[in-house]
Amino acid sequence: MIKARIVVTLKTGVLDPQGKAIESALGNLGIEGVGSVRQGKVFDVELNTDDAAHAKTQLDAMCEQLLANTVIENYAVEIDHG
Amino acid sequence: MKTAVVLLPGLNRDRDMIAALTTITGQAPATVWQTETSLPDVDLVVVPGGFSFGDYLRAGAIAARSPVMRAVAEAAARGVPVLGVCNGFQILCEAGLLPGALMRNAALRFVCREVKLEVVNAGTRFTKAYSQGQVIRCPVAHHDGNYFADDETLKRMNDGGQIVFRYAEGTNPNGAIHDIAGIVNEAGNVLGMMPHPENLIEPEHGGTDGRGIFESALNISSSLAA
Repeated sequence: MIKARIVVTLKTGVLDPQGKAIESALGNLGIEGVGSVRQGKVFDVELNTDDAAHAKTQLDAMCEQLLANTVIENYAVEIDHG
Repeated sequence: MKTAVVLLPGLNRDRDMIAALTTITGQAPATVWQTETSLPDVDLVVVPGGFSFGDYLRAGAIAARSPVMRAVAEAAARGVPVLGVCNGFQILCEAGLLPGALMRNAALRFVCREVKLEVVNAGTRFTKAYSQGQVIRCPVAHHDGNYFADDETLKRMNDGGQIVFRYAEGTNPNGAIHDIAGIVNEAGNVLGMMPHPENLIEPEHGGTDGRGIFESALNISSSLAA
């Protein structure tokens, strides 16, 4: 089995109102020095294969077709995430 | 005049849409459940509003990958008019039938109110009943209506007349880029819009400003009062 972690983040230049709201809440908590916050998503995926190359192909396909909306989001795939 | 309404779990504006289409065409639309792989032969397909699949992952993302949406894409490719309202607009963008994406409202609040829409392109098959630049009333009710597309896409859409409705000055409820409220695809037969024209088609609704979209799409002579 191969374990992978997919991280989906908003592209640079795409406004992230949720990140902005979190940023302002951190300010309200008195946590200082926060330059900016961008919110993203994490997906932990287990694949029933031991073939890393095959896994990478599958993971890229699921990001392109569903997990990320590439109009507004980037994705990064990490295989064998502990 | 035959129409069809796509049904997905979590939609809640399907009944309003069915009522509107029934009033306008004089016959109830066919309803097509998400697992269907084909659509009946119709003059207009509508993807209504709501919260399909609970807005899980992204609004419209799961619905866009359902079997029925493959059938909608095939119909759109054949030139059948397709209208997506609210969640329907989000679904059409997620399905790649329309450019861009709909993000969380800039103020992070659900907005439910009436806005004013400027008809930016009265030359589309969905807007013939209106005049260029006409301002119409239309209700909105959504949490993810903040339209976004990159500059290159926006320029192409602008040049191609694909921007159909803008929120009139001062009424943008969600931060949508360039005040975009509704767009068509390049071929002009797929319209997506956040506001709900199906909720303003009878005098009892408080107005009939939304009627023109259905009448235009179905080539029904306009009953719009000036």
